[in-house]
Amino acid sequence: MRNALLGLAGVAAFLLLLETVPHTGLVDDRYLPPFSEMARALGDSAGTAEFWQALGDTLRTWGTGLALAFAAGTAAGMVIGSVPALRDATASTIEFLRPIPAVALIPLAVLLYGTGMEATLILVVYSAFWQVLMQVLAGVADVDPVARDTARSFRFRHRTRALRLVWPTTLPYAVTGFRLAASVALILTITGELIIGTPGLGRLIAVAQTSGAVAPLYGLVIVTGLLGVVVNLSARLLERRVLRWHPSVRQETAR
Amino acid sequence: MTSLTARTAVTPARSLGSRLRHHGRRLAVLLGLPAVLAALWWIVSERAGNFFFPPLSEILAEFGPTWFDGRLGHDLLPSLGRLAAGYALALLLGVALGVLIGTRPALRAFAEPVLEFFRAIPPPVMVPILMLFLGIGTTMKVVVIVSGAVWPVLLNTVEGVRGIDGLLHDTARVYRLRPLTRLRTVVLRGASPGIVTGARQALSIAIVLMVISEMFAANNGLGFSIVQFQRGFALPEMWTGIILLGLVGLLLSLIFRAVERAVLAWYRGQRQAQRGGSR
Repeated sequence: MRNALLGLAGVAAFLLLLETVPHTGLVDDRYLPPFSEMARALGDSAGTAEFWQALGDTLRTWGTGLALAFAAGTAAGMVIGSVPALRDATASTIEFLRPIPAVALIPLAVLLYGTGMEATLILVVYSAFWQVLMQVLAGVADVDPVARDTARSFRFRHRTRALRLVWPTTLPYAVTGFRLAASVALILTITGELIIGTPGLGRLIAVAQTSGAVAPLYGLVIVTGLLGVVVNLSARLLERRVLRWHPSVRQETAR
Repeated sequence: MTSLTARTAVTPARSLGSRLRHHGRRLAVLLGLPAVLAALWWIVSERAGNFFFPPLSEILAEFGPTWFDGRLGHDLLPSLGRLAAGYALALLLGVALGVLIGTRPALRAFAEPVLEFFRAIPPPVMVPILMLFLGIGTTMKVVVIVSGAVWPVLLNTVEGVRGIDGLLHDTARVYRLRPLTRLRTVVLRGASPGIVTGARQALSIAIVLMVISEMFAANNGLGFSIVQFQRGFALPEMWTGIILLGLVGLLLSLIFRAVERAVLAWYRGQRQAQRGGSR
């Protein structure tokens, strides 16, 4: 309770700072307008259909990319992780491809899809896929040896083994992968819109920048930050909800 | 990792022949799939005749002339220099502020929501704002990298400092360790797993921002060159840039892992001991 109040005080102090600093002349108020002006600009743009359209586009690109990456990453991770030979054979390739920054693909995406949503989608899927895959691989590797031997003794079929043994062990890892992928996907969605110019909030920011609309620019940046906070919080909530049976979460709530 | 070391520990007892065979197998496993994929790329791109996917042979032939005739010094080095400067500053700033905030619970509660907000801002949107203040020079690019990379370091340092066992603090007090010694041996050591986690996230963000800031506005750099090639429809050259950027990412992650292994050796040992001896 005390912490929440302190946090609120922190936010209030930050906003106050943002409001007063431009008035003091410490920084050029053409570059940093007072917070009230940012808020007003944000309110103005929230009244336009263009803003909501852009927000919808951003969410759609983000959601589509995240869903594709999560499905592909989980499937690939379960298959590769369950077959030791496959795991050994792919390890070096995965280690090679994973650190390649997704932004390296921007020129290729532009040539292939122009400013269509697909161009950004490639970046989103590529970067989010590795987050999911690495977590799922770690999860499959974490299956308790005794449980695995037990399953073998009982001659579980492949399907039963995957559903009753491997998946429950992997799920916490997969959910962590989902949480990481969700925030990475949002970053790449906005980045793609900003650099490539696919429709969405990122493109509105680029437009605000080129037209010198400073206060709306700050307003839009604040919106992307809030969007990021919402994504992080809802991913955490989802994690607790999906894993409410899991000892780690049960312990936390019992405390 | 443990199984790997266990395996290599067994090998010296074996005969030379089986050892060679063993290493040969590992090498085949390591390089098998990459070789197959490269061969596939080579053959398919040779036959396809697709403008966007030029033959791999052409890309490789273009690699030398594109990069080794001056571009390495003119484009790659400035990029890497800005990356190094920005990343180092972000680490320094993140750890310093993280320790400051992490050791004071009230300050932490006060600052955390604002910090979480800053972390949640997709880093590339800071580029247009920082361009207002700093123009398009090197300073802007370094500050952009710092502005994105500092948050994961900062927040993970705070978490790391918070997670240090209270008993350690008490012990340090009983032994009357001087503040600096305590900072070095208790606080920084104890928080190092968290710091490393943050530094790893920060590294990939820093690489992205290095490229992005150059794509916005620059007259040199890796990101700048790749975009130039793309706008000029110089496809093989563009591909060499993509490959070079991939190699840079790979190399940096290898360096990071080597450093991590050295810094966190004590932590791995401790974890292993807690889990019940060597496995």
